[in-house]
Amino acid sequence: MQTQSITQKLANPTRFMALSGAILPWLSATAAVIIAYAMYRGWNAPPDYQQGETILIMYIHVPFAWLAMMGYALVAFSSFGLLVFRHPLADVSAKAAAPIGAAFTFLALVTGSLWGKPMWGTYWVWDARLTSVLMLFFLYLGLIALRSSIEEETLASKLTAVLALVGVALLPFIKISVEGLSIPWLGLEIPAWNTLHQPSTGMGSTIHISQRIPLLLSAFGFSLAFFAMHMKAMRTEILRRRVKALRIAEVDRARAREAVAAAE
Amino acid sequence: MDLGSHAAFIIASYAAAIIVLTGLIAWLVYEGAHQKRLLEDLEARGARRRSKSSTATKSTANT
Repeated sequence: MQTQSITQKLANPTRFMALSGAILPWLSATAAVIIAYAMYRGWNAPPDYQQGETILIMYIHVPFAWLAMMGYALVAFSSFGLLVFRHPLADVSAKAAAPIGAAFTFLALVTGSLWGKPMWGTYWVWDARLTSVLMLFFLYLGLIALRSSIEEETLASKLTAVLALVGVALLPFIKISVEGLSIPWLGLEIPAWNTLHQPSTGMGSTIHISQRIPLLLSAFGFSLAFFAMHMKAMRTEILRRRVKALRIAEVDRARAREAVAAAE
Repeated sequence: MDLGSHAAFIIASYAAAIIVLTGLIAWLVYEGAHQKRLLEDLEARGARRRSKSSTATKSTANT
């Protein structure tokens, strides 16, 4: 019941504007401080015994890759909220998250490519992980292009939400592409594809503590930054919709005045 | 700080991140300020929501 009441409270755009207006400066400042501290720790950590100083790229590449997928999960979750529950802020959230997710996906690809050249000897290989993340980037662009190509905003929202939910099938594909999937009780065994990409570096990985702490701090800091940017973009979208509603109201009033004048 | 023989790749990665994220934040801040200004201008001109205006229109039409 408590969760429902919080959702209901946030469903009101005016209340969301008041709440987000109070939270946003603190969220942004916290994100900036944590990212700065993570970079300080990362750049002062000893070089990796195999990769040398190129391990520094890991502190940004891994958070960007994580946020590329998390951003899409947010778009899909919001789209589901629009299509199934008709939550007033769901479409605002989906629209706001798409360009931010696209930017992080682009950065994951660029930093990954710049890490790949010295480590693998090539900027790019058409293997499962890299290709599926490139497809994710195109999917983000597709969502943005589809929405902007339809003038009727309600229809644009619904069609974009449908595409976002269809595209969510890509997320497990990206995950499985490197690590494979084994669910013995279902008899499911998907082997990892042949790839140059290593399994994800995260909580359970074996990297040294001096590198793991800055990496986790960086991932946490950039995640907060993502949510701050998403909140800011949602606020802007709500303002844009208010501006549009007021303009339509002005035009309607002007027409009504003209009609009254003509009748007189 | 010595970044070793692959310094260019490290610097290019961080430069790309700084450029893209700065651009994204600048766009978000500019667009937010732009929409806020438009809304304030409309409100200063006395623009109101459709629900209120339609009531006003009806009352105007009745008189």
